Amino acid sequence: MAAKNIMQVTDETFDSDILKSELPSLVDFWAAWCGPCRAIAPVIDELAEQYDGKIQVAKMNVDENPRTPGKYGIRAIPTLILFKGGDVANQITGAVSKSHIEEAIKSVV
Amino acid sequence: MQQEMYDMIIIGGGPAGLTAGLYAARARLNVLLLEKLSPGGQVLNTEWIENYPGFPEGISGFELVDRMKDQALRFGLPIESREVTGINLSNGEKEVVLADGKRCKCRTLVIASGASWNKLKVPGETELIGKGVSYCATCDGPFFRDAVTAVVGGGDSAVEEALFLTRFAKKVIIIHRRDELRATKIVQERAMANEKIEFLWNTVVTEIQGDDKVERLSLRNVKTGDVSELEVEGIFIFIGVIPNTGYIGDEIEKDERGFIVTNLYRETNVPGVFACGDVTHKDFRQVANAVGEGANACYSAEKYLESL
Repeated sequence: MAAKNIMQVTDETFDSDILKSELPSLVDFWAAWCGPCRAIAPVIDELAEQYDGKIQVAKMNVDENPRTPGKYGIRAIPTLILFKGGDVANQITGAVSKSHIEEAIKSVV
Repeated sequence: MQQEMYDMIIIGGGPAGLTAGLYAARARLNVLLLEKLSPGGQVLNTEWIENYPGFPEGISGFELVDRMKDQALRFGLPIESREVTGINLSNGEKEVVLADGKRCKCRTLVIASGASWNKLKVPGETELIGKGVSYCATCDGPFFRDAVTAVVGGGDSAVEEALFLTRFAKKVIIIHRRDELRATKIVQERAMANEKIEFLWNTVVTEIQGDDKVERLSLRNVKTGDVSELEVEGIFIFIGVIPNTGYIGDEIEKDERGFIVTNLYRETNVPGVFACGDVTHKDFRQVANAVGEGANACYSAEKYLESL
């Protein structure tokens, strides 16, 4: 279902793919059992397409990758974190509208 | 999209909107359903639904709305994932304004934008959302394995979510401002029989404390006035809903809490504008009555179209 320009990241690849990335990254922390995660999936797909080349969009399954969510204190999903230069630039919790996420993206690109 | 005149635009893709859409597609209306996320609405937060007829074993919230969506799609209902930011009702026209500034005109409008969870509105709540404050046990429950968590509220949602949390948490404390639950009896019985669930009656939360995550709650007993503190890692809040009507102006009549007022035919005070589901003024918010209202709204809209 995920668009082809969305990267799947794991605890193992998070450092190299996200923290060391030259482009800012939007990471969607999700799980299969989370309804609102499904609800925002199409919005994430659209944003990945729309901001292709400006940010990289990634998804991390929190069920399979407990370390990274733990490191960022994530206790709710969906959580979207925007990383820039290895740091957290913005964090959004819950299924919010596309315009809300876009505002956050515009602040880092 | 800009010039087209739709017979009907439906705002919201939960059970009410999807049902209105199903009926409209079968009536061969030129209809469009707009949903800001993907279809489902609040049902997506519901783990298991046992009181929607036709599913004797119950059905997951996911699956139920997926089926509703597939059924509507089968009859050709167009569903677009777009956010509505305004409604224009001047000069007898009906126009929906989208987040990207585009506008769509329609002859009838069905408002089914649902409701969202109410907040407690106490210090610490907003700051700690996602850090122990949650409004969705099915989403966030698994983050609280072996933890002590609190649930605020006494209705079906609160008690059902508390039961769900016992799968993960060590202890679940239901904090309720009254001395008895409002939840359906069968749900109450399950909670009373569950060893992991405790109750704090006549109690309200006055503050959620914690630096980077929820650590404890400040409580007040509404009968005695006694204050106390309770150490928890999580607090799940289910104290009713507020309507998603922020994009709707004063032309459409709402009650004092912002829910849209309709008559039995799901008509609002504006001819050609109908409303159904949780966004409307009523006492009982269920999937079962949302779908009934959705069907009814579409029927009334069809009658209105015939009269034009």
